[in-house]
Amino acid sequence: MKSTAAIGTGLAGGPGGSGGGPAFGSGRGGGSAAEFVQRHGALVVLAAVLAAAALTIDGFFSLGNLNHIAVGAAFPAIIALGMTFVIVTGGIDLSVGTVFALAGVLAAWASQYGSLAALALPLAACALIGALNGVLIAKARLAPFIVTLATMLGAWGLMLAVSDEGTETYVVPDGLAVTPMVQDRFLGVGYPVLLVVVLFAIGGVALRRTGWGQSVYAVGGNEDAAALMGVPVARTKITAYTLSGLLAGLAGALNAVWLGSGVTIFGIGIELDAISAVVIGGTLLAGGYGFVSGSLVGVLLLNVIQNIINGIGGLSSAFQQVVSGSFLIVVVLAQNYLSRRRERV
Amino acid sequence: MTATAEQGGAGAAGPALRTRGLTKRFPGVLALDDVDFDLSHGEVHALVGENGAGKSTLIKVLSGVFAPDGGEVRYLGEAARFDTPLRAQQAGISTIYQEVNLIPLLSVARNLFLGREPRRFGLIDFARMHREAAGILRDYGVEVDVTGPLQGLSMGARQMVALARAVVADARVVIMDEPTSSLEPREVETLFTVIGGLRERGITVVYVSHRLDELYRICDRVTVLRDGRVVHTGALAGLERLRLISLMLGREAEQVERQGATTFGGPHERRAEEPVLVAEELDDRQRLHGVSLSIRPGEVLGLGGLLGSGRTETARAIAGAAALRSGRITVAGVPLRRRSTGAAIAAGISMLPEDRKSEGIIPDLSVRENIALAAMPRLSRFGLVSERRIDRVVDVFVERLRIKSAGTRQKVAELSGGNQQKVLLARWLALNPRVLLLDEPTRGIDVGAKAEVQRLVDELAAEGLGVLLISSDLEELIEGADRVVVLKDGSVVGELSGDDVREGALMRAIADADADAAADPGCTTPGGPAAEGAGRPGGPQEHDGGAGPADPRAGASAGEGTPGRRGAR
Amino acid sequence: MTAIGMPAVRIDRTRVVPWLQEYGVYIGVAALLVFNVAFTPHFLSLENFRTQAVQVTPVLILSLGMALVIATGGIDLSVGSVMALAAAMISLYLGYGPVVAVLVALVAGAAAGAVNGALVAFAGVQAIVATLAMMIGGRGLSLVLLPQLDGIRNPGIRELGAGDVFGVPYLVWISAALVAVVVFVVRRTLFGRRIVAIGGNRRAGELSGLPVRRTLLAVYTVCGLFAAVAGVLATARLQASDPNSIGQLIELSAITAVVVGGTPLQGGRVRIAGTVAGAVLMQLLVSTLIKHDLPPSWTQIAQTAVIIAAVYVARERGRR
Repeated sequence: MKSTAAIGTGLAGGPGGSGGGPAFGSGRGGGSAAEFVQRHGALVVLAAVLAAAALTIDGFFSLGNLNHIAVGAAFPAIIALGMTFVIVTGGIDLSVGTVFALAGVLAAWASQYGSLAALALPLAACALIGALNGVLIAKARLAPFIVTLATMLGAWGLMLAVSDEGTETYVVPDGLAVTPMVQDRFLGVGYPVLLVVVLFAIGGVALRRTGWGQSVYAVGGNEDAAALMGVPVARTKITAYTLSGLLAGLAGALNAVWLGSGVTIFGIGIELDAISAVVIGGTLLAGGYGFVSGSLVGVLLLNVIQNIINGIGGLSSAFQQVVSGSFLIVVVLAQNYLSRRRERV
Repeated sequence: MTATAEQGGAGAAGPALRTRGLTKRFPGVLALDDVDFDLSHGEVHALVGENGAGKSTLIKVLSGVFAPDGGEVRYLGEAARFDTPLRAQQAGISTIYQEVNLIPLLSVARNLFLGREPRRFGLIDFARMHREAAGILRDYGVEVDVTGPLQGLSMGARQMVALARAVVADARVVIMDEPTSSLEPREVETLFTVIGGLRERGITVVYVSHRLDELYRICDRVTVLRDGRVVHTGALAGLERLRLISLMLGREAEQVERQGATTFGGPHERRAEEPVLVAEELDDRQRLHGVSLSIRPGEVLGLGGLLGSGRTETARAIAGAAALRSGRITVAGVPLRRRSTGAAIAAGISMLPEDRKSEGIIPDLSVRENIALAAMPRLSRFGLVSERRIDRVVDVFVERLRIKSAGTRQKVAELSGGNQQKVLLARWLALNPRVLLLDEPTRGIDVGAKAEVQRLVDELAAEGLGVLLISSDLEELIEGADRVVVLKDGSVVGELSGDDVREGALMRAIADADADAAADPGCTTPGGPAAEGAGRPGGPQEHDGGAGPADPRAGASAGEGTPGRRGAR
Repeated sequence: MTAIGMPAVRIDRTRVVPWLQEYGVYIGVAALLVFNVAFTPHFLSLENFRTQAVQVTPVLILSLGMALVIATGGIDLSVGSVMALAAAMISLYLGYGPVVAVLVALVAGAAAGAVNGALVAFAGVQAIVATLAMMIGGRGLSLVLLPQLDGIRNPGIRELGAGDVFGVPYLVWISAALVAVVVFVVRRTLFGRRIVAIGGNRRAGELSGLPVRRTLLAVYTVCGLFAAVAGVLATARLQASDPNSIGQLIELSAITAVVVGGTPLQGGRVRIAGTVAGAVLMQLLVSTLIKHDLPPSWTQIAQTAVIIAAVYVARERGRR
């Protein structure tokens, strides 16, 4: 409110422009085709892959299979949402995979004390790890990849410590209040899928239409300039990393409830899928540009491809990693090409 | 904020900002020494001084980047201490830096309103933001699509957005650091109009610039810093130009006059008529449209023109550092086949780049390694480096260029700007080139080093090198070059040689469509009608008011609407 | 008050931090040695030293290549996956004899490195991203090629992993030789000077006619090659190809060894002796914790702390 008032008064009678036409026109106007590819390229590819799969693979378009894809994509999508925030700030979070695994073990262990504990403990722990990442990156000014690589190892160590060096698998007791909330469906759609829709809607509004979101873009676009423009750089980064940790924790906890146990192997490599999904969705790894809807499309695309790979006999699931890695490179190359073109236009 | 709102209007009494005994120390340097600095409401205050005088430190202390080690700042009558740039801005002190203060990927409107976006139901109201942004920017002469990314705008337009942003943020004091360094003349006029508007609204402007003509046009008062101290403060109108220069340099006025601004000798003797470098029809589709030039051994060819006219691009293209669509480059009769920096160097072309920091020195390496960098392949055999040969070459150039360091193993980052520049010159001379391209060789270095570099250019030409000299400093260009090729919009628009190489003639050659803006500054040498048109084959038509259809932006010239205040002279 | 207090602290830091950056790693190694001599039974035995030296081999060799990459201002996250790729190749091509298998593994590693290098140097992809993709894809490819652990019974490979000359294992000879080669390259060759110059200021290097792209390509290729060597040696010592777990998270140890050793992540400087000491430090740290019966979880958390501390101390220089 205060700010809008300031604008009103501040501009009453501007400084008086030059009499003639504008001295500064926009030099360039084009680049909209590149912009379109950047924004919607992933969606177009997703549609094409879906169409191709529907035509060639029997039973692909069955409700069961689609729901399978959607639920399978739900937990990675939650991680990708947090990753989007981090990447738009110009950073990267490599710790989410093991944080996800840690959350699963913590949730399964804490589930003996009830639903609340099963959610609260992992969320708190993971948010704390995320905050630690944020503080080390924003305040101590360490490189994001090395900090999060280190906490990736740290979270893995914690997880081993909690699970008796990985030998103990905690089981979520039957009849836990939260279990049906995760495993049931609403109008045929799994609750996790609904949760993803809600989270992405909130995330999208937060990034697009709040002051925090503007700060995230500004920090990623040019950190020094953002600081000079009064953006709370450190706070913005810390919140982004904390949210990333928190969301990875949420995904891990829900995954444990979904599976009924805290499996210690799960989660390794998820950070790479999340990063791929975000980048495929059109977010620039350099930061300052991106949107959550793209990340959702990216996750879906990767999961559809995985579903197809699984559907084709004789291909090991490791093949998915090859596809994922190649995809990441192709998208990054395309982005580089597009942004270079845009500069030239 | 509430307090500042009432202070509005030019008539407010008392100083807007005042410092007493401001001191700032860096390891080994006293950057600010007991500085008293006063700013009144609604004045345009020039802040001048040579490099290292403490201007930027003072700006940074005022804008909250540095905390002072001693002294006090009183702002609007109250003691103030700004820990961060944000605090300073919130209090109403905004600084417009040359480049880095906006975010290229964000939209123009978002840049303008970042941190104070209009809200509706707690969320940002984009429709209103875009509407208001367009309205505000129109007053600053910027008419663009405000929803597009800022990176689509010219540097000048970006600076206007930054200025508009400061005013939107209710600034009472706006500090502008070299605002015109990347502006075209027409944009400068708009900027001055806008500054005039700010003054009328009681906003104080601190104007930092090296361009004296601009200072005299728009500034009311001046403060001169030297070695961290205030050596003069007062009204600008009564201050003689020569006196101002001598205050900045710390030399006596007569001395400045006697020595002139440069140390170049007379014209150079050309040894051969066969050119050592011929560049024909250089075209890169964007900035260069068929530039041709040639340099003979022992000749210094000046490259004139305004910023963005294609001077740097020409040098880069010749040195193989920029892509070309077409064009031919011949060195001593042998055409260059491959287009790369390596091929150019092998052919005997050396280029001293414009930006010493980002393209020249390798800060963490020693003086020795920096000098030997380009010549390293020649100082090694079978890929093995010979330390002995490096030492020999390095010693020769350290002595010849009088590079002052604590030994050749000292990190080059620890040297002064002038010595760094000499290290870079040594790097290129160590290659024993036939052609030396110098892009702004004396920008941002101290007076002493500048004189030495200029003397060196003379010496090198005398030794038979072909030199291409690019300089925004007209005096340097005129006194240093035997011949000047003038560029505009990537084409050669004129050439001056012999006695025509004079300021008036050069200025007239540069200024075609933008005559009123470009011809005005520093027209100290009366050009004389004889000079006009003499050395300009194919030069532009007479300049009777913005008839430049070739330039898409020229059509929208601010033109006559800006009378400009030139009273202070 | 703060005005008086601040400069004193800052002067202290300006002295201590560079000193720590330069010599901290040796202090760390010495401290761990002293601790182990005092508190670890049987530490001062030839057998123990041999074990330590053999165990440090993979990380040490990786960190040599990594040091060169980091000196150019880049990073290579894919080294662990390239190890796995080399391991898979050994197993697949062992039918043609051990020499062919090892050569194929080395070529595969160099090729993976060359892909990284080409992406970084020619396509302008950020090093983190290019090598991250290789980290995902490389691991996936090795698992596609060799889905599970495969024991190796070839006597040649076994000899490489377990044999010795003059009581010193082959593995140690090989890593010592590689250290010597890299030291020579960095100190005496044009290539070594170019690496540091590119890391210090790439644009300046380009304008000075340095073959920047070719050099970057070569550096990443060497890093891939070294990773393959590490993969071959680790496979030989393990006497099994295990693409699933070989080299998992090892890139972190290698990066840490480099950074602890005084090579800043921003590049422009390289310390090979420090890197070797850094690798030894990480090895001693882990083995000390294990010898004192601390579980693996503790070693990982301890490593995390060391990495962050090392990066924190190393950070200052690059900021200038």
